[in-house]
Parts: sequence; structure tokens; C-alpha cells
Amino acid sequence: MEVVSILGEMKGKMKYDETELRLGIGLPGNSNKAVKNNSMHVSSGATNVNGKRGFVETTNVDLKLNLVSSKVESDELVDQVADSKEIKNLLGGAGSTDSVVKPPAKAQVVGWPPVRSSYRKNISSLNKAANKKGDEENEKVMSSPMGATFVKVSLDGAPYLRKVDLKMYKSYQELSDALGNMFNSFTIGNCGSQGMMDFMNESKLMDLLNNSDYVPTYEDKDGDWMLVGDVPWEMFVGSCKRLRIMKGAEAIGLAPRAMEKCKNRT
Amino acid sequence: MSEAQMSEDDADLAAAAAAAVVNIRTTTDYLSPYPDQVLENVLENVLIFLTSRRDRNAVSLVCKSWYRAEALTRSELYIGNCYSVSPRRATDRFKRVRSVVLKGKPRFADFSLMPPDWGAHFEPWVMEMINAYCGLEKLYLKRMSVTDDDLSVMAHSFVNFKELVLVCCEGFGTTGLAVVASKCKQLQVFDLIEAEVSDDEVDWLSCFPESGTCLESLIFDCVECPINFEALENIVAKSPALKKLRVNRYVTLDQLHRLMVRAPQLTHLGTGSFSPSENPAEPEPDLVSAFAACRSLVCLSGFRETVPDYLPAVYPVCANITSLNFSYANITAAELKPVIRNCHKLQIFWVLDSICDEGLQAVAATCKDLRELRVFPLDASEVNDGPVSDVGLQAISEGCKKLQSILYFCQQMTNAAVISMSTNCPDLEVFRLCIIGRYRPDRSTGEPMDEGFGAIVKNCKKLTRLAVSGLLTDRAFSYIGQYGKLVRTLSFAFAGDSDMGLKYVLEGCSKLEKLEIRDCPFGDEALRSGLHHYHNMRFLWMSTCRVTSQGCREIAQQVPRVIVEVFRWNQSIQEGENSDLVDTLYLYRSLEGPRADAPKFVNIL
Repeated sequence: MEVVSILGEMKGKMKYDETELRLGIGLPGNSNKAVKNNSMHVSSGATNVNGKRGFVETTNVDLKLNLVSSKVESDELVDQVADSKEIKNLLGGAGSTDSVVKPPAKAQVVGWPPVRSSYRKNISSLNKAANKKGDEENEKVMSSPMGATFVKVSLDGAPYLRKVDLKMYKSYQELSDALGNMFNSFTIGNCGSQGMMDFMNESKLMDLLNNSDYVPTYEDKDGDWMLVGDVPWEMFVGSCKRLRIMKGAEAIGLAPRAMEKCKNRT
Repeated sequence: MSEAQMSEDDADLAAAAAAAVVNIRTTTDYLSPYPDQVLENVLENVLIFLTSRRDRNAVSLVCKSWYRAEALTRSELYIGNCYSVSPRRATDRFKRVRSVVLKGKPRFADFSLMPPDWGAHFEPWVMEMINAYCGLEKLYLKRMSVTDDDLSVMAHSFVNFKELVLVCCEGFGTTGLAVVASKCKQLQVFDLIEAEVSDDEVDWLSCFPESGTCLESLIFDCVECPINFEALENIVAKSPALKKLRVNRYVTLDQLHRLMVRAPQLTHLGTGSFSPSENPAEPEPDLVSAFAACRSLVCLSGFRETVPDYLPAVYPVCANITSLNFSYANITAAELKPVIRNCHKLQIFWVLDSICDEGLQAVAATCKDLRELRVFPLDASEVNDGPVSDVGLQAISEGCKKLQSILYFCQQMTNAAVISMSTNCPDLEVFRLCIIGRYRPDRSTGEPMDEGFGAIVKNCKKLTRLAVSGLLTDRAFSYIGQYGKLVRTLSFAFAGDSDMGLKYVLEGCSKLEKLEIRDCPFGDEALRSGLHHYHNMRFLWMSTCRVTSQGCREIAQQVPRVIVEVFRWNQSIQEGENSDLVDTLYLYRSLEGPRADAPKFVNIL
């Protein structure tokens, strides 16, 4: 959970103009760059990292890395805002109404229906595979028989790697949620005998947040390391070979290269 | 642990013990200075044969010496909630334990309703057990948080270790598996079921001794990492006792064939992906013969990425199998029928709703011996129509009269079909119906689903577990409270009108042990109505209901030996705002005080 808040910190710092491929990375000093109008940023106050962050907020944290200006993307964002608010109402925090509100069909309710999340992941890739038979475009990178795209994810300082199947997600938002869930059981930095207790120590965590930024990066087909979010989601899925969430200081050098690549592509 | 009935056998044992005591007391030649100790020795020798834990609990209540004798002879320790008792207290009482069952998180944790890092750590238990139970042979953990270090400690300390079963556990990876494989020389059972295993890129299968193992069961179908197939093949070839093998989806059809020809003695087989590799072997392996050679096969599962063309390979075993798990196989009714029509002995069937009502009708037509059915949703979103419905349920109720347990996911249902099941299947013990569309009424009458569930509790006299869904008013709950006298586990979600609903249940269901509730309009007053009963329950879970922290505090103060945990994960609430609703209440009985390892978001009242 705390790691997700780190990613969420990114959200505040990476505010992209919808129509421009500008990279305002989370470098110290560049934070809170004023964004031109029309930012569909989820500014419900849920993104502020002061004091406790709620579980609901963290599950709705948006990496905020979508750049491409298309109406579809904007609509998606609007829906995400609406959904996150719906979900808050549904989860009945302070201020919930008397009668049980029946949510619109669109809202995704956490943990419903009661199918185990690991099972659901496996099944959903079956569903997609069934629908996409013959779709050659999204070629598997690390293949298993039915076209899943497994990439390794490493978090700097965490003891173990994880793997995710990119085909299971439809957007950076979903990927961000999944990564958050995956990594919040890791200790960061000090994996000593105190283990979990250290990690949950809030003051240490605040130090971590204040001193370093975590930047999600990926290695693409050409072997270059890029910032996550440069390209449309589908292109990302097709070209991503490996994910690494690195400390911000190391990510500084990536920006210019990423810019060039994008220029070359467009 | 009140009036548990002793079974007939145990009554005989008790009578034998009593008779032996009388004999010794009346024999005048016997000159023992410690007659009570003799009594205990006799009792111990007799009690060794008593296995059921409920019966043992009853025995331990008779008197102090029976309590002591029972404690010394109990070899299997079952802890249903790892926080109900401390490791030290358990090991102090039971000194000669060889097998431990330990359960941690409540079931709703599986559905992301519990924030991670809540607890259920195995570490304090393993550290205590390596001193107290150095001869430990079996370990069964469910929903516990287990680390690689824990596994390592365990593997290095228990020299007689034989069986490890991890169900729905997380926190470890292939690193831990490697240590167990290499250090536990007498390992017979190594089962990972629905566990989350992280991929540390360690080749754990190679860590088993190359010369062979005494493995009888190797289950790792949930492990989502590529494996070293040669190592697996070697294990299978050199483990003559192997009866149960369930491989993961990284094993292709060709590889499965190679394994099967080496192990025709298998009784349980998990087939892995059940699809060919990218470059399938030429010529294609003769799967049909491989299956035909497995004459003892009774349980078939896997089919993780099934290519239906290959399904006919299983025909030779259909007539014998009693358990079939197709819950990962996206197959149609047409693809199912040729398989299922031969499965006359089938008792347990898990399947995806891709088979539709038509597939269920085929099941009902053949599987007259069916005891357990689970129908899982391929698409879990709330839509108007789904592939299975009341039609399928009706067919099953008419064809499978011996049904004992059902879990059924669907989008639409009718009271009539549920009522039909209640009358046709009198042996039902577990009825779990999940209508994915929340608040959905009976699709033909538009009425709430009250009457259907009411009929279940009324007609199914053996019912011990019930999960409800659909549009439900307080009336449904009044039925449950009135008729559900044997019910031990209840799950409610998005149901009920008012506090009365929960009141009916808490006041009526005297055998209730586990109650899980989410998104129902039950508040503090309903909570109060269970005050007399909470100490008899394993736990109560209420999330996103109407309970306030004040209400929870009341429970904590008024009920002794019960721990009340409250989770908060909205924006930080100012201290002193007592009237706020809590996100989640998790209440459980415990002999210990508040646990020391609770994370920050947990408030123990």
C-alpha cells in the first residue's frame, strides 16, 4: 500500500498536457508544474500524500501517464473519475446516504463477485484469448501457449521479482493498481530482522517519500529503457519486455532518449 | 465447545476405560501406590485411538485427569484462527503433536476485501514449534502469510517432516520451495493449492534429490512460473510412490505425455496447460494410450489452456473418474458432452459457465451420483444475461438428487428453480448461490428471492453452509433465523432492508460459527443482538455496513475474550468523531489479548 502511495506521488508530479508530448518527470524542483487547462487529472484530494492514505484511494491511484490526445482517452479518464467517486460512495465512507444506493452498472465493485482474484486473472486471460483468436498484432513477448505477455517487474530494493501479464490490463491505470497490490508486501531498503515492522514505520516511509521518487520504467524491444507512459497502451504492451520501478535519481537520464524515440516514431 | 455428542465408538472407548479402572481398583493383589496415575496411563492408551477433534474436546471437559490425558495423547492440533490462541499456550497444553493445521485470514481476504499485511504470520508459530514439536511430521496452512525464511527454518528443524500443504498462502517464492525440496528428505506430500508463489527464478524442482524421492503427492498447479521440465520428469520417473501429480500450465501436452507414460499408477492428475507447445513433437504423442494406461485414475484437473481438439484423449478414464475439474477450460456444451456422457461415477464436478445451461443438462442426464457441483463465471461482470441460469439449476436439481454441495454463479435466477432444488436434493449441506447482478429479483416474477432461500433452509435439513444473493428483504433473514438451526457458516452481500435482518439471524441460528457480511444495511442495534453469542463463534466479519465505532466499542467492552478489530481506510478521520461508520469490523474470539502484530490501519478496541 505504501508503495502504491509512492507511485501515486508520481501522479501529482507528472501532469501531462493532453495534447502535447511533454515529459514533466518527477524530478526534485519540477514538482507541481502548472498544467494547462483541461487536465482531467483526478484531483479529488485523494492524491495528496499527507498523513494516512486510505486503501480506497490507493486502489484508485492513477499513474497519470496517459499522454495521447484522443477523445477516447479523455472519456476513459472521466469514467475513471466517476468510477472512483462511485466506489467511494459505495464503500460508504463518511457521508453515505441512508438507503443503499444501487450503483450504475458500470462501476466495478471491489471483491464482487466473490471469485478469487488469482483465479479471475487466469480466467480473464482465457476470455481475451478466446476473443482475440488470430490477432497477430499483439505478439507475445514471453510466450506461453495462449498468448499471454508476461514481463518481469522489479522494484529497486525489494528482495524478489514479480511477473505480470500485460494482456490482462487495459490501461496504465489497471497496471498501476496491480503493481501496487503486488509490491506492497515488500520491505523497501532495510530487509533486516525487523522486516515488516520497519516497513510499516511511518516516519521511515515519509523519509523515503521525501528523499527519492520512484519511477516506473520499462525495457522495450530495442533494449532501451523508457519511461512508462510515453506511448499508447497497446503499443506499450507490444513493445515492453521488462518493467523496473527505479529510484528517481537514476531515471533522470532517460528523458531525452525517450523524447527522441517518440519523435522518431511519429 | 458445549454439548458435543460423543459418537458411538467413543462411548465404547469411554466405557472400556471406565471398566479398566474399576478392574484395577477392585483387584486386591495389585499394589500400586499411585492408582490415579495408573488410571491416566490406561486412559492414555485408550485415547490414542480417538481422532475426531470435536470428540476430543468433549473428553477434555470431563475432569482434570481426563483433560491431562487427552492433552498428552492429541497428535493433531487444529487451530481454526491463528489469533485465537498464542503458539506458546497451544504448545504448553499439547506436548506430543505430530500434525498441525493452522488457518489465518478470513475468507473475504481472498476477494481483496482485506488490506494486505493484515497479519496471519506463520513466523511466531514456526519459531515456537521448532522447540516444542521437533518431531513434527505434517503441516497444513490455510490463508497464512508464510515467508521463505519460515520455510527454511521449518525445513532445517523438523527431521521427520513428511507432509506440507499450503492452501491460499502467500509471502513466499520459489526460493522457499527450493529449500523444502532439498532439505526435507522424507517428504511424501508437497501440495501448493491456490497459493501465490513469487517467481524468484529459482529452479526448485532440481532441488529434489536426483536419485529419487518418496513423494506420494506433488501438487503445484497454481505456481505461475516456468519450470525445469527435465527435473520434473526425473522426479516422476524415480518416485515410485507417486500417486498425485498436478502440474502447472507451463507443462505442454507433449510433456504431459512423457510424464504419464512414466507414472501409470497415478490416481490424481492435473494436466497443466493441455495444449501443444509451439513446435509440437512429430509424430504427435499417443495421448489416448497414455490415459488408457492410467487404470487407477480417479481425479482429473488442470486443462489450463485447453485446446478442445485434444479432449477426446481423456475418454478412456471417464468411466472411472469421481472428480473432474474443468474450471479453467473454456469449452462449449458440444465439447463437453462427449466427455461427460461417460462419467457415470462422477461425484465432484467443477466447471466454467461456458458450457451453458445445455451443458448442465447433459451433466444432469448422466451424473446421477454427483455430490458436489461448482459452476464458475467466465465473465464476471454484471450483465443482463449469462450462459447459465435457473434453467441449468433446475436441470441439476432434477438429475442429481444426491447433491450435497453446490456453488453456482449466474446472472439470473428464479425462486422456482431454487425451491425445486430444495425439495429434490434433501442431502444438501452447502448451498451457495451467487447471482452476479446485485439486487436482482426473480427474473420471471419480479419478486425478491426470499422464498427460494427460505425453501432451502426449510427443506434441507442437513444444511450447514449458506451464501445468499439477489434481491433479498428482511423476510429472507427471518426464514434463515427460523429454520437454519444447523447452519454454521453464512455469507451475506448486498442484501436485507434493516437491522431486523441481522437480528433474526443472530437470535435464531444457534449453531452459527462464521458470519461474513458485506454491503448490507445492518447497524449497531443489529450488532447488539448478538452479544450473547459472539463467544461461541469463530468470527464475525462486517464490511461496508452501518456499524459505527461506538457500536463496536460496546461489543469490545461487553463481551469478554473477544477481539474487535476495526479497519479504516478512508481519508483520515479526526479523533473523537465517534459516530463515524467503520469500513470493516472483524471480530473473533481469543484467549489472548490484542495481538501485537496489527498493522497501522487496524484499530483494536
